[in-house]
This record gives sequence, structure tokens and C-alpha cells, in this order.
Amino acid sequence: MTETFYEVMRRQGITRRSFLKYCSLTAAALGLGPEFAPQIAHAMENKPRIPVLWLHGLECTCCSESFIRSAHPLAKDVILSMISLDYDDTIMAAAGQQAEAIIEETIEKYDGNYILACEGNPPLNQEGMSCIIGGRPYLEQLKHAADHCKAIISWGSCASWGCVQAARPNPTQATPIHKVPGLAPKPIIKVPGCPPIAEVMTAVITYILTFDRFPELDRQGRPKMFYSQRIHDKCYRRPHFDAGQFVEHFDDEGARKGYCLYKVGCKGPTTYNACSTVRWNGGLSFPIQAGHGCFGCSEDGFWDKGGFYERLTDIHGFGIEADANEIGGTAAVVVGAAAAAHAAVSAVKRARQKGDE
Amino acid sequence: MSTDSIHQAHSEQAVYVYEAPVRLWHWVNAFAILLLAITGHFIGSPLPSVPGEASANFLMGWIRYLHFSAGYILAIGFLFRIYWAFVGNSHAREIFLPPVWRASFWKELVHEAKWYAMLTRKPLKYEGHNPLAQLVMHFAFVWAIVFMIFTGFAMYGEGTGAGSWQHTLFTSWMLSLFGQSQNLHTFHHLVMWVIICFVIVHVYAAIREDIMSRQSIISSIISGWRSFRDGGSDDVRH
Repeated sequence: MTETFYEVMRRQGITRRSFLKYCSLTAAALGLGPEFAPQIAHAMENKPRIPVLWLHGLECTCCSESFIRSAHPLAKDVILSMISLDYDDTIMAAAGQQAEAIIEETIEKYDGNYILACEGNPPLNQEGMSCIIGGRPYLEQLKHAADHCKAIISWGSCASWGCVQAARPNPTQATPIHKVPGLAPKPIIKVPGCPPIAEVMTAVITYILTFDRFPELDRQGRPKMFYSQRIHDKCYRRPHFDAGQFVEHFDDEGARKGYCLYKVGCKGPTTYNACSTVRWNGGLSFPIQAGHGCFGCSEDGFWDKGGFYERLTDIHGFGIEADANEIGGTAAVVVGAAAAAHAAVSAVKRARQKGDE
Repeated sequence: MSTDSIHQAHSEQAVYVYEAPVRLWHWVNAFAILLLAITGHFIGSPLPSVPGEASANFLMGWIRYLHFSAGYILAIGFLFRIYWAFVGNSHAREIFLPPVWRASFWKELVHEAKWYAMLTRKPLKYEGHNPLAQLVMHFAFVWAIVFMIFTGFAMYGEGTGAGSWQHTLFTSWMLSLFGQSQNLHTFHHLVMWVIICFVIVHVYAAIREDIMSRQSIISSIISGWRSFRDGGSDDVRH
């Protein structure tokens, strides 16, 4: 039988006291009340470790890079103690035939019990030839692993929405996990972001193994505890927004004073993520704190929504790419001019009619 | 002509069309739209930065407060207007339900279009809206306002957060429908311009009809009474 988390932790020299501290800390990080700490402890003492297959499709590995920088809990602890990360080609020791053999081994050994973590997505065009793993299209590997898994985690914007490789015109037809045709209907949790916040990633895994189920998801399939509020709602520059103090250019006085970045295209008001609360690199900073607006990397199709410095989406089909205000303003001018011209013609006509009478 | 017939002709020449609640709604709604368009513009493209401490200012806050208040007034007014369509006179239903199933509606629509294209000398007389006006009201006003109320409350619910009634009723499903919040904002902007175009046409047509048609227009939405010129109300369409 697989060891429990507690056994592994004790084996690694972690005291019971530290273990209990960790349980309370995790409960707090997940936004749970103190009464959940014993529940987490109980789960860790009694449940076998969850095996995880971490597959990479079309992606840039920024999710993995983010994940291993997790500070609470340390990625080391998650990988080595809490979950049994059986396959992740980026950080595993094995390579080549040996590495690929592990996938089959895990699928057979834990059939129906492992978590499939997807980083990146499969391209569907040319029978998936745009992404080959170990001599086979990633699409096949993904479908095979999904057939036998318990649940799927879509890491990052690639797996959740498509991201850059699915941006128009998407020549390889890169497709987010939940839209892959013929994929086994397993529960999917989306953890979007490019990359997602490290603590969010580890917290999601901790929750799943502690409670043996997904955290509560919103309609788009994202965990509510991290994706139910906009960056804007918890932004530390929000008082400047309400006051009406904005950065007009990136080099102006307002920028130096740390005013709101709304006018230089910050997408914080339309982006759901935990950046402004959890922040990055162990709570050190996040884009807005560094003086640049959010560009909405965790939102669906963020590459195709116009410029990173525009807060309105480009609307296609008007010959040129134009935003709502340009189209609407032009329409209003045209309608206004038409009304004026119509009025002039009407006046002439009326004058003539009067002359006739 | 006897005094009797003069009396009769006079009494037939004016018809009570717009009941007081409809008129009140019209003007409240008009000012709400004006306020919404102005404050909405300044939310999308804020005014130059104000000096001083953030804690000493609340300019954006007030602009947004006015926008939300006017939005509530518009939405509640619109609900009341729908209610009045049921309990009010037949003219109260016109903008909600153009009689597209009537052949005469389409025939008169063509006539009205010809009148605006200046291809016919005389317009028909109407107690309420002519068919062209009814169609424009229905599509460019009623549906545009419904769209703005829904998207508006969906964005408001983003701020009030999950669990609030705005979020439950509007935000939750509309965010999924539009894909993401930025699209919601974009279409809210776009339809605002639809309404602005409608207002231009509406005001122009009202003034033009008031001068050139055979019935009163502008005074009617103030007094409620519609009077007719040249030949009284004998050939008036209901």
C-alpha cells in the first residue's frame, strides 16, 4: 500500500508539532476556518498519497516554473511529500524510454485513481502532428491518460482556454483540454493564468487530496476561492481609482506616485485572479505593484481581445479592427449627418409645397 | 356651419394618447439616459487626474455612484413601464408589441418609408406611433435598453460579488455567455452608441413630424393629448 502523507513527512524528520502547524497554515491559506485543521490532519494521516501524471502539450513550461517557486507550501514538500508526482518530463530524473515507461506503469497501477495534470494543450490539425511526445502525437497520449484518470487539472491559460498557440488564426488548431473532442468525460478543474500563481496551484492540489474532491468551482470551472474576484476589487491602487487619480503615461508624475493604471490599459477591472491578494514570488510583488497594468492573462482568449493596453475588445468585421467607441462614434456622426441632410431636404420640400399652394 | 358641428369637430380633433404615468416615465427615462451616457463616458475615459491625497478625493467614486443610481432609476422605470403596458391604454403596448402579423402594418410601413424618402406628398394620420416609429422603438429602444439593463447589472454584480442578487441573477450566467468581462464591457459601450443613434433619430423625427406631419407630436408627450390638422380625426389610424 502507498504510504500516507503523514508517514512520509515523519520519515523526512518532520515533527508532529510541525505537521500540525502545517495543517493549520494550509487551512488558513485555503480560506477555511480553524476547525478544518484537524480534518486536514486526519486526511493526511490516513489517506494514501495521490499519484499525479503531469503531461506537457503545447506550452512554454511557465506553469512548471511557477509551481516550483511555490513558497506556501514549498514545492519540494508538495512534490516529495504530499503528492507522488510520477511523471513530469521537466522535473523528473528519468528520461527517454525509461520516462515514457513510467506513464504506462502509473496508468496500470493506479487505474481510475490518479490525477491527470495537463500543462499546455493538444493541436488537432494534421492529426496532432504539431506536438509529438516520445514519437506519438500528444493528442493520443492525452486521450489515453484521460481514459484512466480520476480527474483532470487544466494548468494555466493554455490548458484552460488555449492561450497564445490558440490565438487567431490558430493554424495548428490548438484546443483547450475541455474542448478536445473524444476526451473521456472526467471532471476538469481550470487553473488559468500565464502562468497561474504558484500558491494557487499547490493550494488546489492540497485541497483535492485533503477533501478528496475539487474545491467549489464557478461556472467557468475555476476554483471560486481564487477566481471569484477581480484584480481591481482587491488592488492596493484602488483608492487612486476611486479618487480619480490616474497614470496618463508610463513616465509621468502619476506613474511615479503610484496612481491607478486604468488609463494606460490596466485590465484589472475585467480580470478574475488572485494576483492582488496572493501576489507573486512569495508575496513579494505583482505586475501592478511593479508599475505595469494587468493584461488579463487568466481570461479566456486574452491574446485576441485587442491590444494589451486597451480596455475594449477589438471588433472584427468592419474592415478594420476597431473598438466599440470608434464604431459607435462613427455611427453617431453618420446618423447625425443623415438627420441634418434629411432635415435640409425636408425644409426645401416644405417650402416648395407652400409655394405651390 | 352651426355651433354644434364646430363643437363636435373640435372634440374629435384631440385624442388622449399618452397617459400621465407614460409621460412621466418618458421624461425620467430620458434624463436617466442622458446622465448614464455622460457618466458612462467618464467611467470609460476618466477626467484628468485630480491633485492631492487619494483619501481627500472621490471623483471616480461619485461618477460611478451617479451612473449606478441612474441605472437603477432606468431599470425600475422600465419595469414599471412594462407593468403599465399591461394596465394602461392600448397605446402603452405599442412599443413592446408591433402588430407585425397585420398586413396593413406592412403596407403602412411602406407608405411611411416613402414619406421619409419624400416620395409621397402626404403622411397618414396616427393616434399613436406610425409603423416605422413602432419598429424603430421596438428594436433600437426596447431591446437596446433590455440589453443595457442586463449587461449593466452583470457588471455591477462583478463589484458586489458572488452571492449578491445582482451576481446571481445577471453576472453568473452573462459572464459565461460573453466569455469574459472585457467583452461584456465592450458590448455595453457599443449598445450605448446604438441608443445615442436612436436618440438622434428620435429627436429629429419628433421635431420633423411635429412640423410636417398632420398631427401633434412634441406637445403630446407633455400634455398627453394628440391633435390633428387638416381635416380632423376622421381618417386617423389607431
